[in-house]
Amino acid sequence: MTSPLQQKLKITGPVVITANRLSDGAVVYLDANKAWVTRLDDAVVARSAEDAAALLKIANADDISAVGPYVAPVTEAGGVFVPGNLREKIRTSGPTFELPASPER
Amino acid sequence: MYIYDEVDKTLLAERLADFKDQVARRLSGELTEEEFKPLRLMNGVYLQLHAYMLRIAIPYGSLSSNQMRTLARIARAYDRDYGHFTTRQNIQFNWIKLEDLPEVMAELARAGMHGIQTSGNCIRNVTTDQWAGVAPDEIEDPRIFAEILRQYSTMHPEFSFLPRKFKIALTAAPHDRAAIRVHDIGLRIHRNGAGETGFEVVVGGGLGRTPFIGKTIKPFLPKRDLLSYIEAILRVYNQHGRRDNIYKARIKILVHELGAEKFAAEVEQEWLKIRDGVLALDREFIDDIASRFRYPEYESLENGVRLGNPDFERWFRNSTAIHKKPGYQIVTISLKPAGAPPGDATSYQMDVIADLADRYSFGEIRVGHEQNLVLPHVAQRDLPALWRELAAAGLATPNVGLVSDIIACPGLDYCSLANARSIPVAQELTRRFHNLDSAHAIGRLHVNISGCINACGHHHVGHIGVLGVEKNGSEFYQITLGGRADEHAELGTLIGPAVPYEQVADVIEDIVQAYVELRERPDELFIDTVKRIGVEPFKERVYAAH
Repeated sequence: MTSPLQQKLKITGPVVITANRLSDGAVVYLDANKAWVTRLDDAVVARSAEDAAALLKIANADDISAVGPYVAPVTEAGGVFVPGNLREKIRTSGPTFELPASPER
Repeated sequence: MYIYDEVDKTLLAERLADFKDQVARRLSGELTEEEFKPLRLMNGVYLQLHAYMLRIAIPYGSLSSNQMRTLARIARAYDRDYGHFTTRQNIQFNWIKLEDLPEVMAELARAGMHGIQTSGNCIRNVTTDQWAGVAPDEIEDPRIFAEILRQYSTMHPEFSFLPRKFKIALTAAPHDRAAIRVHDIGLRIHRNGAGETGFEVVVGGGLGRTPFIGKTIKPFLPKRDLLSYIEAILRVYNQHGRRDNIYKARIKILVHELGAEKFAAEVEQEWLKIRDGVLALDREFIDDIASRFRYPEYESLENGVRLGNPDFERWFRNSTAIHKKPGYQIVTISLKPAGAPPGDATSYQMDVIADLADRYSFGEIRVGHEQNLVLPHVAQRDLPALWRELAAAGLATPNVGLVSDIIACPGLDYCSLANARSIPVAQELTRRFHNLDSAHAIGRLHVNISGCINACGHHHVGHIGVLGVEKNGSEFYQITLGGRADEHAELGTLIGPAVPYEQVADVIEDIVQAYVELRERPDELFIDTVKRIGVEPFKERVYAAH
């Protein structure tokens, strides 16, 4: 059986590599310097399956900084890349409602 | 409350030391994620969409005021100021940092709490009736046996790597408030013809991808045999449960595929080998466990509540229930005010509840599987003062059991398994049904919402069940009607194709309106109307309009 890492990656548009930071679980993206950053704007965007697979390989090799890297779709809007689906939008921006908060004490 | 002994304290201290070391080794890179993941899961630490989530066990839903204050402190110091009470009587913190977890676990251990066995393929937190020990209809306190099961199942070496997770629930009342028929094992304490108390044993219930109502395989099990019989069930499951397919690994699939009779025969055969061994419970042992529960020193009071204020009266009739002791009342605190995420409480509210528990409920709080809290021992004379203080903290919404008392999982806003959001749907419904006159006129109606097929929001057993699915990148919702989780447990019936996110609240409003028009009389409950006329009239209404 082929391991998931060896399976051919298929993409239908621009993608980024995302994961969760090990120390606190924060959402991070791989940038062009192979470092993890918290802003989607700073992520490196891959437009081909080969490029995405190469970036994912780099991400998978780093088991200390970030956990569970995967390929996430992005779309271009007004010259910037934004999350390509609701799940990724929520990962980037947080829950879609106001979080509970105590009154000022 | 149950008082932990040195064995529990030592166990927690040892586990804390282990976990502290494991986290340090993971952060240094000595452990890989593959090695660390099963270790963190054994301590209730998940990685969700945008942070780690810590699930903390609240054994059989019983919390002291000091434990609640500890949870409030953790919410403030290590999380984002709130926690989420779950359908399994646990609490979850959604924004915990891995590097803070050893300190968080140490705080929890000091208060006698932990996240052990809140994840993984082991026996999970044993749950029971949130009114245990105080409900007038119960035969005896089920927490004594929940505690025996907790001790038996905690780090049990034979059952720490079952084919899949395993959930046990108990009730000791004819009215099932613990949803025992949708658990892997459900236990109902009752009396047999000879007047002895024992257990009806129900096996193979569960929700998720393949829902089943559990089957009774032992109508009456003497108390002495509880552990040996449970062990026999677990052994049969451990041996024959499927490990090759995660979707077929729960005991419900085994019971279904073997058939309840054959499964029961296998259990019986195994049980005969062990029933008179070390697991037999003698009276002395049961009494010893019972003696470690501290019951309040109730005053001798007579029943009597001064009504008069209509808002207080509405809350009293909706959110309090008769206590087994005269002059006392059970108070449910709704965590479902209009527009709020169901089951969430801020650190401020947790502190308020802890203080109120100290002043009015002998320092005790319960968590119910409907994601509300309970003050179990409130003197009736204190109810007006308690109500005023709850109201000031936003904790006196009199909607318990009504259409806005919604059970909802965290859904796609937090959960990495979810396909669709649950909380915003619940919030929109609570806003639409916020008018209490209308909600009370509608009557008892349970809406349960899950954000995926794993069914953490128990949608299969909601009077109205809502299941989020994903279709071509968009959120859609399937609607089921007629489910229930009580002693007449049933799975809901799907009414038709899923509806988009934008329409789901309208559809549910239409269903409720149809019920109001179709019920025979104002006191015919929604669930009874569905039972009487079926889902077709509702289906016609929904799909004609949308």
